[in-house]
Amino acid sequence: MALTESDVAFVAKLARLHITPEQEPAIKHELNQVMGLIEQLQSIDTAGVEPLAHPLSVLHDIELRLREDASLPTNTIAQRNHLMQNAPANADGLFLVPRVIE
Amino acid sequence: MALFLDQYADIFALRQALNNKQLSVKELTQALLGDIKQHANLNAFVDVQPELSLAQAEIAEQSLACGQAGALTGIPLAHKDIFVTEGWRTTAGSRMLADYRSPFDATVVQALLKVQTVSLGKLSCDEFAMGSGNEHAATGPVRNPWDHEVVPGGSSGGSAAAVAAGLVLGATGTDTGGSVRQPAALSGICGIKPTYGVASRFGMIAYASSLDQAGVMARSAADLALLLDAISGFDPRDATSIETCRGVANAPGRILSDYASFNDTKKTPQPLAGLRIGVPTEYFGDGLNNDVAQAVEQALVVLESLGAKRVSISLPNTALSIPAYYVIAPAEASSNLARYDAVRYGHRTETYTDLADMSARSRTEGFGEEVRKRIMIGTYVLSHGYYDAYYLQAQRVRRLIAQDFQRAFADQCDVIMGPVTPTVAPAIGSLSTDPTAEWLGDIYTLSVNLAGLPGLSIPCGFAPGHRSQPLPVGLQMIGNYFDEGRLLAVAHQFQLVTDWHQRRPGAST
Repeated sequence: MALTESDVAFVAKLARLHITPEQEPAIKHELNQVMGLIEQLQSIDTAGVEPLAHPLSVLHDIELRLREDASLPTNTIAQRNHLMQNAPANADGLFLVPRVIE
Repeated sequence: MALFLDQYADIFALRQALNNKQLSVKELTQALLGDIKQHANLNAFVDVQPELSLAQAEIAEQSLACGQAGALTGIPLAHKDIFVTEGWRTTAGSRMLADYRSPFDATVVQALLKVQTVSLGKLSCDEFAMGSGNEHAATGPVRNPWDHEVVPGGSSGGSAAAVAAGLVLGATGTDTGGSVRQPAALSGICGIKPTYGVASRFGMIAYASSLDQAGVMARSAADLALLLDAISGFDPRDATSIETCRGVANAPGRILSDYASFNDTKKTPQPLAGLRIGVPTEYFGDGLNNDVAQAVEQALVVLESLGAKRVSISLPNTALSIPAYYVIAPAEASSNLARYDAVRYGHRTETYTDLADMSARSRTEGFGEEVRKRIMIGTYVLSHGYYDAYYLQAQRVRRLIAQDFQRAFADQCDVIMGPVTPTVAPAIGSLSTDPTAEWLGDIYTLSVNLAGLPGLSIPCGFAPGHRSQPLPVGLQMIGNYFDEGRLLAVAHQFQLVTDWHQRRPGAST
């Protein structure tokens, strides 16, 4: 099934990528080449086959761990400031973004 | 031009020189910093900080002075720029992270620091590890030391080039679809990726989480064993890290102990007697270059002369690994790379109208073409109405691929061998016309990641490539889960009777 230019615009929106209408035909062509490669999966009979998410679950059941919901000793103001040094814009321990709510 | 490390065949040789005080770690580090500068045209290093390397050298030197040196004390390495590092920059080969400074070290980086290796810096890679030729790096292509006009392979291309050139004795890499084994093969060095979950993914910038594994690259299988053992181990900070491997704790010591016991055969001159090598017919079909096939064939003959038995096997779903991988990996990438929102870290565009526009424009500017393409594919296959048809179907096919391997290991063979790549390294810029052409070269490596198995690559000969220059060929060995020690021992036995791994670029081949 081939993607249309409006599919491309929709996917770009979902992916938070900016695409101009002039770029759409070229990207559509490229994505369709890729989809052509992927399409062959559709003809494989996988009735009764469980999807494999964690490769080692072929061996045995995998239980993903959850850590304890507890505060760590590193959760300090100093550590927060250290971590926030990479923010494009921040003030008073907050990330600054364009106004969302008027 | 002579390189300082030319004097030392491997980690063991350098270890002796350091132990005997023939040179100090500081002298060594300074000499390598000089060599790295001299060979800047390879474009392998993306960040070098002499004072940080020398500080690590100082610590190693002190250990040596008080007689507390371990097997890796003072050994010069460098890290793929996909591992976060404090001090050295961390960019994942992307403009998105051009100004990023990591507040912490990746677990793998920490583990190698703990055994007192010395890091010489950060190595170029394809952007977010997406690529097979290191051509999708924000800092431009890396050159293969065997021929500067061809790629070193990817995505751990900087790692492969630095080890092959002799700028370091080892390097870290990551392998999501072949990114350790393939560049190792194309650059004429050794590389291994362990079983999924053996090495921690904490601090390894995520591409496709269910496939990503850290690995190491070096000059010999014996060196790989030391390095891989050091980075293996359970890490509670990685949700898919493994606590035990067949009842043995996933911790340093396991791989070296297995490696030693498989090497201790006392069966010379038949050290591999009893070993069954599965050779998949699907790995020798159309598309495999004749000269590459011949080099691999000759390696198999050598292994047979050591006592191994060759068994023809079938991995019938091999061809499906390409479409399955190119659904699963982009899907996971689109999810992982959603974190680059221009709010918490990463590139932020200069002009925008609102939050969504800021994010979209920043991402479009920050990500390169290949990354944007994979995000788009991933987003599409995960979108409403297509999730079952593409993503779940790919995961079902993934199970079929993993079962192929389990059937072979159950009663036919102990290890599986074949080529790593269908051809030797292509010329820089030669693959850019068809977006899927580069992907087809991954046919022999992808299924190993989909199944989560350990795989290694060692040099096994040369074949004519670009301008008819001889270029390295790699032999791939695939093991069952947690069988890293056996793979490395078989590779070591091969290297005891061959010298492909000792060939250096520039010398006659």
